[in-house]
Amino acid sequence: MAEPATATQAAAPAVPQLKDELDIVIPTIRNLDFLEMWRPFFQPYHLIIVQDGDPSKTIKVPDGFDYELYNRNDINRILGPKASCISFKDSACRCFGYMVSKKKYIFTIDDDCFVAKDPSGKAINALEQHIKNLLSPSTPFFFNTLYDPFRDGADFVRGYPFSLREGVPTAVSHGLWLNIPDYDAPTQLVKPLERNTRFVDAVLTIPKGTLFPMCGMNLAFDRELIGPAMYFGLMGDGQPIGRYDDMWAGWCTKVICDHLALGVKTGLPYIYHSKASNPFVNLRKEYKGIFWQEEIIPFFQQIVLPKDCTTVQKCYIELAKQVKEKLSKVDPYFDKLAEAMVTWIEAWDELNPTGSSVTNGKAK
Amino acid sequence: MSLSIKDHEIDIVIGALRSDLTSFMSEWRPIFSRFHLIIVKDPDLKEELKIPEGFNLDVYKKPDIDCVVGTSTSTIFSGYSCRYFGYLVSRKKYIISMDDDCYLAKDNKGILVDAVAQHITKLTTPATPFFFNTLYDPFTEGADFVRGYPFSLRSGVQCALSCGLWLNLADYDAPTQALKPEERNSRYVDAVLTVPARSLMPISGINIAFNREVIGPALLPSLRLGGEGKFRWETMEDIWSGMCVKVACDHLGLGVKTGMPYVWRNDRGDAIASLRKEWEGVKLMEEVVPFFQSVRLPREATTTEDCVAEVANVVKEQLGSKDPIFARAAKAMVDWVMLWKSVGSSTSSPGA
Repeated sequence: MAEPATATQAAAPAVPQLKDELDIVIPTIRNLDFLEMWRPFFQPYHLIIVQDGDPSKTIKVPDGFDYELYNRNDINRILGPKASCISFKDSACRCFGYMVSKKKYIFTIDDDCFVAKDPSGKAINALEQHIKNLLSPSTPFFFNTLYDPFRDGADFVRGYPFSLREGVPTAVSHGLWLNIPDYDAPTQLVKPLERNTRFVDAVLTIPKGTLFPMCGMNLAFDRELIGPAMYFGLMGDGQPIGRYDDMWAGWCTKVICDHLALGVKTGLPYIYHSKASNPFVNLRKEYKGIFWQEEIIPFFQQIVLPKDCTTVQKCYIELAKQVKEKLSKVDPYFDKLAEAMVTWIEAWDELNPTGSSVTNGKAK
Repeated sequence: MSLSIKDHEIDIVIGALRSDLTSFMSEWRPIFSRFHLIIVKDPDLKEELKIPEGFNLDVYKKPDIDCVVGTSTSTIFSGYSCRYFGYLVSRKKYIISMDDDCYLAKDNKGILVDAVAQHITKLTTPATPFFFNTLYDPFTEGADFVRGYPFSLRSGVQCALSCGLWLNLADYDAPTQALKPEERNSRYVDAVLTVPARSLMPISGINIAFNREVIGPALLPSLRLGGEGKFRWETMEDIWSGMCVKVACDHLGLGVKTGMPYVWRNDRGDAIASLRKEWEGVKLMEEVVPFFQSVRLPREATTTEDCVAEVANVVKEQLGSKDPIFARAAKAMVDWVMLWKSVGSSTSSPGA
């Protein structure tokens, strides 16, 4: 049975890596009590809190953390009319945090995620593992059967071409969850008691050309390499869909990473996910998505980005164009979403002027 | 073990590269004793095989191989390729195959791993090659498809091949093992996962299982290094065969799974001594991988034999002129398809 680590078990690393180069983005509507447990691991880092919901409510941040907090009023003030692309009443608003950050790396975590324990009982420093994942190469062109060859105690197996052993830069590190797994509403309804107790001691690169469902609960990425692709879409208030924000960002991100020869890793680290959201509420949010994804997935699987899309922004604008062309017939929502995607890029470039649209990797 | 699979549907094929199989067979006895075994002795091995009593098995040696395929053809079964003879003559639906230096591994709880049962479970549950599930095999107990996984892809496809892994001596190439002579794999990864469609990988022949009815002809002896030797560091035959299998599976809509089961692979040989021989293989992979990544099989290739024949064609056309080893491999593949059709092509009916 998975259990979270207690606060006293979590031991801070001697030297917090990348402490001036990484922001932790946390969307919240309630409170940030969960930070107490993460304190030994998170305190050295700067936090960006994105407060969703009622902006007049005060969110108390535990003492000792260095943070900036944005509520809806701040988002409207900073983005003006472009604020329309940022979701309201949905954790998708977190992507505003990515946009205003000035750091190279982002780690984002939900406020119901706690420190997990590995099989030996040791508290897992999820942030440290994400950093390891991001700072070592990915290997998307050929699958290594011993998983991440850059981990201690592993390597490339016989038959792995030496010319592919340098790997490519890692843009995304996708972590997993013990206890409450990230199931959709139908699965939750059928298996309300299922808990993820399996600790899989692996990190692996998701191969080029393969899509995956990216969960935003425990996620880190290189903002300089892929940031503009991490738009979490139009969800929540006034929108016909919810709980597809991270999915959407994940599909866009993966297609762009594949095009620009960047890597996406999944696996460790685990966090302990404590709260199961209400499956009936979830079903209402996801319902349309369950049907739409049957069209969306083939769309992403068949996308070809032109060779002259050499930056993330260019790729993303092209994606928005194709969303409008090909997915509008599924639902007018996609028209709106395509426009919001363009607005997002405009807002991103405004807040992150010159030098941010760096050509990363080679367009394939 | 899946209740729907009967023991008599399974053959365990062992290629014997060393003569004394006593400790190997004794250790595996609790697991192997229920099944029919096919032991194929490397035709180059001079000593008599020592096999303990009490197993239901057939042993094939050079004279037997000569008898079935003829003396000129039997050379294709030299060394590690002797196991393919076992695949050829088997009449069972499922084959589990492992090298004779593999022993029982222990999982994270200290329990001995029943590699046969785990391979069979993998082969008899669907694979999911079209979309990656972040919780790995959704058909494992305690796991499922995650949020965002399209429902239309949740029934999966038939799994044709199961690749296992190795604790202790991992399947590294000679340069890697020579650089890290003390490195042993001690990480037990509690996962099974489907290798995505169109993703290629090095499929090691050390610990595998497959559905012979569905993919049998694609596991084949064809690429033989000039200096191929009697240590895995000195071969690429399985890696080549594995590329053919994966390309065929991707084309035919079949799945390949990797991960557990683990076997414990004993230390054997000297990586540095094998370095000299393996460079050839290492260099070849630089051609082999981009080649297989570019192979597109025609719609008309609807059987595994068709796929193998097509790949052989393309190998001949595109790689044949680059190195005679590829021209020979292409011919070997064509010969294999014919051999399979005449000798290999049937499964016995249940009860036979």
